[in-house]
Amino acid sequence: MKTFEYTAVTDVRSAVGAFPEGAAFLAGGTNLVDLMKLGVATPDVLVDINKLPLHEIEELPGGGLRIGAGVRNSDLAAHPRVRSDFPVLSEALLNGASGQLRNMATTGGNLLQRTRCRYFTDMTKPCNKHEPGSGCPAREGDHRNLAILGASEHCVATHPSDMAVALAALDAVVLITGPDGDREVPVTELHRLPGDAPQLDSVLRHGELITAVEVPALAFARVSAYRKARDRASYAFAVGSVAAALDVEDGVVRDVRLAFGAVAAKPWRAYRAEEALRNGRATRESFLAAADAELTEAEPLRDNAYKVTLIRNLVASTLERLVTA
Amino acid sequence: MNLVVNGVGQALDIDPRTTLLDALREHLHLTGAKKGCDHGQCGACTVLLDGRRVNSCLVLAISQQDAEVTTVEGLAEGGQPHPVQRAFLEHDGYQCGYCTPGQICSAVGMLDELKQGWPSAVADDDLEAQIRERMSGNLCRCGAYANIVPAIVDAR
Repeated sequence: MKTFEYTAVTDVRSAVGAFPEGAAFLAGGTNLVDLMKLGVATPDVLVDINKLPLHEIEELPGGGLRIGAGVRNSDLAAHPRVRSDFPVLSEALLNGASGQLRNMATTGGNLLQRTRCRYFTDMTKPCNKHEPGSGCPAREGDHRNLAILGASEHCVATHPSDMAVALAALDAVVLITGPDGDREVPVTELHRLPGDAPQLDSVLRHGELITAVEVPALAFARVSAYRKARDRASYAFAVGSVAAALDVEDGVVRDVRLAFGAVAAKPWRAYRAEEALRNGRATRESFLAAADAELTEAEPLRDNAYKVTLIRNLVASTLERLVTA
Repeated sequence: MNLVVNGVGQALDIDPRTTLLDALREHLHLTGAKKGCDHGQCGACTVLLDGRRVNSCLVLAISQQDAEVTTVEGLAEGGQPHPVQRAFLEHDGYQCGYCTPGQICSAVGMLDELKQGWPSAVADDDLEAQIRERMSGNLCRCGAYANIVPAIVDAR
């Protein structure tokens, strides 16, 4: 591991106020420390933000929640309001990582974790995220679990988070503090599609820090679920996942929220599918047709076309389960 | 920097790159916690950090000033093995033993999570399935799960 200077901060202003070039924030460390061992992350300065007062989950007027960026994944998954009013979020968290990792990983860090693409995590391989212009071996190589949506010729990485998929479905908003002040970014717009700058995962600028995530009230999110397909029963990244909330009355879809995981460089909010579903019949046929509406723009590679079928079936089975919930 | 390890205050003079696992093993010579993958994927390094189970290979020691760490060496009380340790003995919950300290520390943390009512991805009505899910961060290459799971059920 490359040497670095370590500093711990206790207030947000000083965390972002003097954030040097080449610095990185340290939260749970479950991804960053690993990437430092691998030589993928090489910060000169590590700014430890674990002592910032960002560990609370506050109730917002009207029924939403403000989740501090430092709230651990295990605490968020176990929070009574999350379990009762936003089960999709609790389920997504519980389907991610392991008990040990959830005890360390934070809300902000989970959002900003990096792709597990095998070429990205291996410094002996070319990768346009490591070194723009060096090439992307994944297109012709191992891309079985890489993107089918929103990729570019330069990068086909997927974002690995489960939590982010639920937050994207729930219209959550990221609160950010930076050297130039505060701003808010919807979770759906936090991560960038690779385009011709795949080295940039998110829209965050130098020195900006996620301080909280707000989940707005959504009454029908009480009927929501996260369904994840993976290569083993537990403790594996998704090969495809669906976060859904459904409001059905008299067999008709009044409203719906739908997002897909493990298909793109960002949690993929399925707006087209939602549009196709609203005011339609709550039947398997219409669920499959809605999934197809979203997946028409999929561009699978040689070995990941299975994801199109997988997501299609996950959409139908998840929504069917919510109809009878 | 200072840590409280198994109830004893320890002053450490360490490189910032030192993980909690290396601090325990190389500086304090507590070799119970094992280095398996060193990437948070196997669970052999599991210890309790301020009462919660974590992968000590992914924690930078310097970030844990004054934290309380419990390793497998610190679980016994009054010369008696911890109930989870006893259950692993009774059920022969290991073969080579390399993953065992991590399995035991993880089980102790996990049973506390269960007691606190923390949810899991598996439905509540099947305890064995729940334990398999909740313990999925601890791998055993000998495949001793057939005895590890009953040991943990018994220790609950």
